[in-house]
Amino acid sequence: MAAPYDLNDDKVVVVVGSGAGGGTLGTELALKGIDTVILEAGGRHEMDEFVNDEWASFSLISWLDKRTTSGTWRVAKDFSGLPAWIVKAVGGSTVHWAGASLRFQEHEFKIKSVYGDIAGASLLDWPITLAEMEPWYAKAEDRMGVTRTNGIPGLPGNNNFKIMKAGADKLGYKECSTGRMAINSEPRHGRGPCQQIGFCFQGCKSGAKWSTLVAEIPRGEDTGKLEVRANCQVLKIEHDAKGKVTGVVYADKDGKEQRQKARAVCVAGNSIESPRLLLNSASNMFKDGLANSSGQVGKNYMRHMTGSVYGIFEQPVHMYRGTTMAGIISDENRNDPKRGFVGGYEFETLSLGLPFMAAFLDPGAWGREFTSALDRYDHMAGMWIVGEDMPQETNRITLHPTEKDKYGLPIPNVHFDDHANDVAMRNHAYKQGAAVYDAVGATRTFPTPPYPSTHNLGTNRMSEKPKDGVVNKWGQTHDIPNLFISDGSQFTTGAAENPTLTIVTLALRQADHIAGRMSKGEL
Amino acid sequence: MRLVDKRTKVSRRGFLKGGGAATVGLVTLSVGTGWIASPDGAWAVGVKTLKPETMQTLIQMARDIYPHDQLGDRYYAFAVAGYDEKAGADASLKGLIEDGVAGLNSAAQAKHKNRYAAVAWEADRVALLRQIQDGKFFQTVRGNLITGIYNNPEVWPKFGYEGPSAEKGGYIHRGFNDVDWL
Repeated sequence: MAAPYDLNDDKVVVVVGSGAGGGTLGTELALKGIDTVILEAGGRHEMDEFVNDEWASFSLISWLDKRTTSGTWRVAKDFSGLPAWIVKAVGGSTVHWAGASLRFQEHEFKIKSVYGDIAGASLLDWPITLAEMEPWYAKAEDRMGVTRTNGIPGLPGNNNFKIMKAGADKLGYKECSTGRMAINSEPRHGRGPCQQIGFCFQGCKSGAKWSTLVAEIPRGEDTGKLEVRANCQVLKIEHDAKGKVTGVVYADKDGKEQRQKARAVCVAGNSIESPRLLLNSASNMFKDGLANSSGQVGKNYMRHMTGSVYGIFEQPVHMYRGTTMAGIISDENRNDPKRGFVGGYEFETLSLGLPFMAAFLDPGAWGREFTSALDRYDHMAGMWIVGEDMPQETNRITLHPTEKDKYGLPIPNVHFDDHANDVAMRNHAYKQGAAVYDAVGATRTFPTPPYPSTHNLGTNRMSEKPKDGVVNKWGQTHDIPNLFISDGSQFTTGAAENPTLTIVTLALRQADHIAGRMSKGEL
Repeated sequence: MRLVDKRTKVSRRGFLKGGGAATVGLVTLSVGTGWIASPDGAWAVGVKTLKPETMQTLIQMARDIYPHDQLGDRYYAFAVAGYDEKAGADASLKGLIEDGVAGLNSAAQAKHKNRYAAVAWEADRVALLRQIQDGKFFQTVRGNLITGIYNNPEVWPKFGYEGPSAEKGGYIHRGFNDVDWL
């Protein structure tokens, strides 16, 4: 058989979503000779369509379908209709990610054992260890071309990084570099080197940055065993009387309902849509939604403890010149409860253009206190903080009780409250971040609140016991043997590291597992 | 280190939307002709739906909400010019604006015996804005200014931001790491 596939072909594996999880999984299955259909809700925008314009790009590739928010997080007040900034396009959020590719630390796979009981948090250990992940982490790093692995040189430091490094050195931080980035520092795998364009968040126009759009899906399609259908939003997953998944219903590019049969379905719609799809697939047999006997679908939503620090300097910086995020300080990523919180965080360089700075530096602020900061825009350096936030059952995705999307299905609500540990960690990070810039002579520093979430995790989490989560160590749902989760919603913990490398790693590992089960006739 | 030239580049073409092109030679605020303009004729905004004094008030409000002394009035006029056309198509928006401005003018009259745009000192005008900052009129105007002011490519160089980069070959040869004062 070969692509394109018939709707009634029940021998195909259907993958929902084409991002870090779905795009990698679908490609890897095709490379193994397995007939695969990826259904992607968004459109296909190749590199030449990307625009170096923050708002224009936002309109072109962001997920803008209506979502609501609740809880005490500031995003619910300032951006009530935009809980997350993620991508709706072929390639998913790998189109707009910054490229930071860090492995989890060993203890971050077992925070319940290491941190103990934290009141109000739903801590759980992953059913996998770092040692088990290592072979696939190595494969992913080679696949993605992560700098400082596989003989790939680190990227050169831009102005924003140089400020961070000078401050890090003065404070005595030892682990500051341009980091491990999935951005070519020299030509590799048929893609050119970084041109320091500075619009990483708007899609890399040089092809230097790895994404499933440019580096995976074309390889998969070349095998003839991968069909990617863009503008096809999956609405429901269907199952038979035995409780096995039989296929999906989706709206095609004309809005017409189609039904694609499948031997297995792998859900990778990111952590808001994936649980939403399971919940919207409720049936007589599965009244609480698919794979939800534990009640955990949608729960334990994590978005990382984030925030930013910007510093203003006497002399110009032009932080927007060059890579948005090639710069990191890792010294604070350790677990050290003496600081007043469990878990750790990373500092990563970050730049926003003037249009986004006006929107996100201090949402809602106005007057001279605010404009005096923007006046010094070209004298600013910036960093983003990525820290481990505590899973809480009450942080969750639920179906809105009344509001529906254009297909008549309930839209998702994202509820979030900071945990006390998140707040303590953030305050520590703000202080330390400001100290980095003060050490270089900053005349003014700002703590900036978390943006609409770009890291969305945990809502279909892995667990040893079915009662504690949604999937097992392979991402296979506890309840349904041919239903898998393949994105960051699998994460049992958020760790202090950006999630993409771990999502790709899990996808490569899951592809091996699925292929193995199929060859044994078990799938 | 390569610096960005922040001086205003005078453009011959009018860039104002929602009211038509600016033409050199148009004189001061002229009630009843459907335009308001700067005294030097550098910019003009059409007012077919909103009252001219309303548009003038919106321009002053825009500056008072996001004051940048290095930005001439044209950038604030550009930021709010679109309200005239939008108000023409949306009666509730027109009501929100006209009622909001009327309310602001009443408050200004009571405190300073002058309409808002004629209150002389910024601090006094800002104090009046603080009174209404949680209301829908203020929040609508403020929210739209984020893109109205800061998403204008002609404003960017004034802040040292250079806009699109890929078409110029990125920054690899244009100073991505040229900081020289560390």
